[in-house]
Amino acid sequence: MSSQGLAKEHYEMGLKKTPFYSRQKELDIMNEWHRWSGYTVPNVLNDVTFEYFAIRNSASVFDITPMAKYRIKGPDALDFMNRLLTRDMTKLRVGRVGYSVWCDDEGMVIDDGTVFRTSENEYLLCAQERQLETLKRNALGFDISFDDVSDDIAALSFQGPLTCTILKKVGFEGIDQLKMFDLKEFAFAGTTVMISRTGYTGDLGYELWINPENAGDLWDALFEAGKNYNVKAIGGDALEIARIEAGLLMAGKDFSPATSTVRPGHAKSPYELGLDWLVKLDKGVVFNGRRALIQERNKGPRYRFVRLDVEGNKTACSAYIFDRQGGKTIGHVSSAAWAPTAKKNVALGFVDMPYGEVGSTVWVEIYYQKELRWNRRWAKAVVMDGPFYNPERKTLTPPEAV
Amino acid sequence: MTKAYDIIIAGGGHNGLVCAAYLAKAGKKVLVLEKNDIVGGAAITKEVFPGKSVSLCAQFLHQFNTRIADDLKLSEFGLEFIDTDCRTSLLSNDGRHLTVSFDGQVEGDVAEDEVKAFQILITRLQEFSETLGFLADIPPIDIFDPDMQDKLSALKLGWKLRFGLGAEKMSDFLRIVGMNIYDLINEELEDDRLKALLSVDSVLGTHAGPRSPGTILTYLYRQIGGGKGRTLVPKGGMGAVSKAIAASAQAKGADILTGMHVREVLIDNCRVVGLRTSCGTVYNAPIVVSNADPKTTVFDMVGSRHFEADFVHRINTIRMRGNSCKLHLSLNSIPEFSGLGSEALAGRVVIADSADYVENSFNPAKYNEWSSSPVIEFSIPTLNDPHLAENGHVLSATIQYAPYSLKGGWTDEAKEAFKNICIDTLSRFAPSLKDSIEQSLLLTPVDLENEIGMQGGNWHHGEFTLDQMLMMRPVPLASRYALPLDGLFLCGAGAHPGGGVMGSAGRNAANAILRGDKS
Repeated sequence: MSSQGLAKEHYEMGLKKTPFYSRQKELDIMNEWHRWSGYTVPNVLNDVTFEYFAIRNSASVFDITPMAKYRIKGPDALDFMNRLLTRDMTKLRVGRVGYSVWCDDEGMVIDDGTVFRTSENEYLLCAQERQLETLKRNALGFDISFDDVSDDIAALSFQGPLTCTILKKVGFEGIDQLKMFDLKEFAFAGTTVMISRTGYTGDLGYELWINPENAGDLWDALFEAGKNYNVKAIGGDALEIARIEAGLLMAGKDFSPATSTVRPGHAKSPYELGLDWLVKLDKGVVFNGRRALIQERNKGPRYRFVRLDVEGNKTACSAYIFDRQGGKTIGHVSSAAWAPTAKKNVALGFVDMPYGEVGSTVWVEIYYQKELRWNRRWAKAVVMDGPFYNPERKTLTPPEAV
Repeated sequence: MTKAYDIIIAGGGHNGLVCAAYLAKAGKKVLVLEKNDIVGGAAITKEVFPGKSVSLCAQFLHQFNTRIADDLKLSEFGLEFIDTDCRTSLLSNDGRHLTVSFDGQVEGDVAEDEVKAFQILITRLQEFSETLGFLADIPPIDIFDPDMQDKLSALKLGWKLRFGLGAEKMSDFLRIVGMNIYDLINEELEDDRLKALLSVDSVLGTHAGPRSPGTILTYLYRQIGGGKGRTLVPKGGMGAVSKAIAASAQAKGADILTGMHVREVLIDNCRVVGLRTSCGTVYNAPIVVSNADPKTTVFDMVGSRHFEADFVHRINTIRMRGNSCKLHLSLNSIPEFSGLGSEALAGRVVIADSADYVENSFNPAKYNEWSSSPVIEFSIPTLNDPHLAENGHVLSATIQYAPYSLKGGWTDEAKEAFKNICIDTLSRFAPSLKDSIEQSLLLTPVDLENEIGMQGGNWHHGEFTLDQMLMMRPVPLASRYALPLDGLFLCGAGAHPGGGVMGSAGRNAANAILRGDKS
């Protein structure tokens, strides 16, 4: 077991800039940035609506360099990942990517993320939050090494219906044969770029992973090839709308990571996050949270994750959920947005069991501001079956050319 | 095809044997596999020198559980005692030695008032020990999911403290229970020698000095059991206790195989299915009970990957630092200890003449260095139990402090140097000792780990501190003998109530298995 990768005196470095910083800054007219894992990244560069529609209608470029990335390798790498993650990792072949959650012993979710099987005994784990302590704790007794490579790999999320076309134009031969969750290395500018057909928008898209030195060239190549395809650099706000529309969860917003949650009942299990399909209780080997999750499966979870179709057009941000108008509080909304493509007022949230069955109606009390004055409104909400937006092209291979 | 067993016990220490005996008594088919050629673990009698056999590691019985002795009819299986009230002599540098019995009778040059104060103090502590004593015979209270028994035990504890002791004594108990022994003895006593004796009794086998917090608790723990603080010496050495338990278990139908080192516990689909010995023999059983310490069990026998990560982390952080060496000296004659009769030498003798001596002796251990003025507890067991040696005698000593992770390691040179320090310390009181020594054997904590298997050479399979006791032993959420792997149990000193030759962990584990407990 070994770990390295933290720059010496990293705490003295202040806010870090990704290799794409200067290029984003050139396009920036809003000056709205925020901190993400020590890096500064934009909320919006130009206009949230334009940026959002680039995701859905053309091609969007989003800087995901700040993602926490760990390279795990060694003879026990598979066993290590299989014990860490709730999914059956023997099913993840080399050249494939898997989405999974990982839990503590109580079966509460620490974080979710993607796992790249880059070779037989090597994985790349990507998550929104830092995981070094979790990995260190998990490595006891395994013949593996893990390195924090967060700062060593620059990454772009390239999402939208025209992304495959643009990547082909850049020269990535055979990109259209990449199936969803496939992973492949391509030659680029004297180096290699790893491209995975993954994303956080519920749409066709790719994530591109490259060493920081060549990162600027990759950015330029995408914009050069995409100049007639409305390729747009986007900030976090547009992505946030897209991911809520796609019904995807965000750590720290929709659930509190178990490692930083102290209040009883505030952490959530995969079942309570609606991620039953990620938990393979019968995979035959021990994994973190297994015993607690078996108990929970038998006893039933405490909460249910719901995707709500809310009436009206006022977003139900931070709203309580009630069983009827003025009735009992049964839950809360964790994320909400007007979904422009689904043309729905959507919300993600949690209700106490047994409320929130698909098709049932609940109520939300929405607070909203009009010219600085607060108003409130009761709105009916219907529990949806699945995501609000799920285009066919997300999974088609080759993706439909527009 | 091997015989089918219901339960296999990995390790034939005294707790493993007690566990086997209770399980066999309940009609279970039990197999015990012991790595060494004789059963008993740290409670064995071994031929340390040609023709001379003595207790190799544990030497005195402090907490002998009379209930277990009765249940298993150990006297019928050959257990006899040479001494049931072994007295302790304390060697003082100025020659003013003392001899003290369990109930506070003092022989020697001590003022009458001081003896009285000493008696009051040990009676007070003994009463607290008796109040807590029942906790050793029951599983730790499950605070997460208490059943009726747990609730009754909690009530019983509360009742005993409040109404058994009474408000004043309970208040006193609450005040001192987390304290260090040093502060208490300085409140109550004047005599350095009596303070030294209580200090030694509080820190033997620990990584603590008398000024370390929690040393009153370790003292109280040492006094629990049916003997009311008595020290017992079994005839034939400590091995006789283990032999009697083994004989009792075998009479009830348990099979015991020695020379069988359990290499790995076999797991299939997240549950125990048996184990494999180092010679490759596979034994199948749905339940495996480990008599090894928790770290050895989890990391070496089962493998950490078969447990969830937080549990593994907690096991990994158990403190189990051994600080005690064992020294055996083969003697051709009894050396003259000035001012001490041979009756005293057959009993328990302690070298430490003040509480500060003990604390100073501990100080280097904090920095992985040995003590150059060590605390020594010794006896010449061959005096009263002549069958142990064909001729001549053996002096057996426990030496503190000599840390497991000694700076520079326990090389042959280091061992020789420390052995000389020990012999020099003894010789201060017996100038002719060196002339009587024929052979010597020093067992460092590292040797004890290799010989007996306890990690860190820690007698207790985990240091005995408040955070590693009761429902926190070996770790929270796994204190009820069933470990979080279906079919795996712990029955050794790493489980509640802990170390010392007592057998309660083995008995409690057997009860948990028979109840069908799951973690």
